[in-house]
Amino acid sequence: MSDLRDLYQQVIMDHKKKPRNFREIADANHMAHGNNPLCGDALVVYVKMNGDVIEDVSFQGSGCAISVASASLMTESLKGKTLAEAEVLYDNVHKALTGEDDAAELSGKLQVLAGVKEFPARVKCATLSWHTVHAAVDNDHDISVSTE
Amino acid sequence: MTQSTYNLAESMLTDFDIAAIRRDFPILNQQVNGHSLVYLDNAASSQKPVQVIEAVDQYYRLDNANVHRGVHRLSQRATDAYEGARSKVRGFLNASSDKEIIFVRGATEAINLVAQSFVRPQLQAGDEILISYLEHHANIVPWQMVCEQTGAKLKVIPMTESGELDLSEFDALLTNKTKIMAVGQVSNALGTVNPVKQMTQKAKAKGIPVLIDGAQAVPHMQVDVQELDCDFYVFSGHKMYAPTGIGALYGKQALLEAMPPWQGGGDMILSVSFEHTEYNSLPYKFEAGTPHIAGAVGLGAAIDYMQSIGVDKLAAYEHALLELATDKLSAIEGIRIIGTAEHKASVLSFMIEGVHPHDVGTIFDQEGVAIRAGHHCAQPVMQYYGIAATARASFAFYNTEQEVDALVKAIHTTQELFA
Repeated sequence: MSDLRDLYQQVIMDHKKKPRNFREIADANHMAHGNNPLCGDALVVYVKMNGDVIEDVSFQGSGCAISVASASLMTESLKGKTLAEAEVLYDNVHKALTGEDDAAELSGKLQVLAGVKEFPARVKCATLSWHTVHAAVDNDHDISVSTE
Repeated sequence: MTQSTYNLAESMLTDFDIAAIRRDFPILNQQVNGHSLVYLDNAASSQKPVQVIEAVDQYYRLDNANVHRGVHRLSQRATDAYEGARSKVRGFLNASSDKEIIFVRGATEAINLVAQSFVRPQLQAGDEILISYLEHHANIVPWQMVCEQTGAKLKVIPMTESGELDLSEFDALLTNKTKIMAVGQVSNALGTVNPVKQMTQKAKAKGIPVLIDGAQAVPHMQVDVQELDCDFYVFSGHKMYAPTGIGALYGKQALLEAMPPWQGGGDMILSVSFEHTEYNSLPYKFEAGTPHIAGAVGLGAAIDYMQSIGVDKLAAYEHALLELATDKLSAIEGIRIIGTAEHKASVLSFMIEGVHPHDVGTIFDQEGVAIRAGHHCAQPVMQYYGIAATARASFAFYNTEQEVDALVKAIHTTQELFA
């Protein structure tokens, strides 16, 4: 049970119960819908860019603890980043979660996401918000992504 | 539950020699994440007794060869074993002839066979196929495919809040355009036992052929296809203690005779020239290619095993266990049971308030408790309840009262974590 308590209790339960930036951004200039049809997880991610910088990022929606917490952590870690910095972070999260690169560095609270790779069936829960924000900043219009 | 039925259930739980039965299932005796395995995912796939494992092992060690063609001894033994298994399936379903039993990969393949070989050739645009809201995707998608191919329409028997079929408008759904009614006997998502005999009677009275999906029924109850009077009955072996990749289609002989072959290949032909092929007789006409001989042997052994305990006896034990689990979960605050039909078999679907079923599945797994979390390949049922998924515990006759307690404990652990 210790692995699980580590995974769920420390950071994930905190963010599940009190998701950060859980709101709409009225003047967002990018947004995307993320769906995981098999679990029913559904998120909307809003991004407000100021030039090259992510001035504000938020999300709304519902899902399992891992998907909600990952989205919450994602908004905290991307706010104030440049697009180039965000891209590096996105890559590192993806690599850490898929185990593609064990050395991929995740700093601070994001380290908890690396623990999800021990639960392969749940990796897609953790990646949903990251795929969604990636789609949002890549496009000028509202698009949908699905992780399956 | 009334006091008298509860007493009956209690005595049922103590009369059954559960320790002896569990010794027959070696896989159950293991630790998962530091806990004794509690396997409650039987509706997805059941475990196999040593009698089945050894029958398959012995077949490969002693008898393996191709069937219906060799003149040598092993080929004869393999053929005898394979055809012997067919006779066991005939007896298990009480079909009238071995010719009515077609070996297939599973219920899914059997439904596709009937959809393409029996139904599709007679369908015209505007014809109707009747299924129910409770169906597994395997009894939805093959019919949608023939509808797309022919312009026929899929009609759906509605359901009620308790998870039963709503048969109030049933007569009106049986029209002169209905070319088949295909319904599940037991819902895999909710455990509802549907009144398939009465439904079949009504459909047959209007001349409508009937297919019954028995994938979730045969592991848990005695089935008699002659008594049901259905035209087709399908099931998978792996949900009834047999190997994966084997199952059976029962079809009334006259219908099977009239149907064209579904797949072409070896074993399904009598003679082949480039001008003409003469098809084999039943049941071989529908068994193209070398079949899953070892699987059929394992299925025969599983039938022997279930009959050695007594199908009625194991059904009664499972029912008592399901009643006990239902009572215990109903008493827990924050638990919502999904599917509260009067007649149920094996399945207990539920939600823990405030916890996504996939989180439930992961936390239970850490306690050694294996359940299914998801939509159970029955998304329309989930849509009816406005949910994406449920947690589902499903029981087999090797499960115990102590395992029901482990389920309850895992629920408490989950609730504490999410409190």
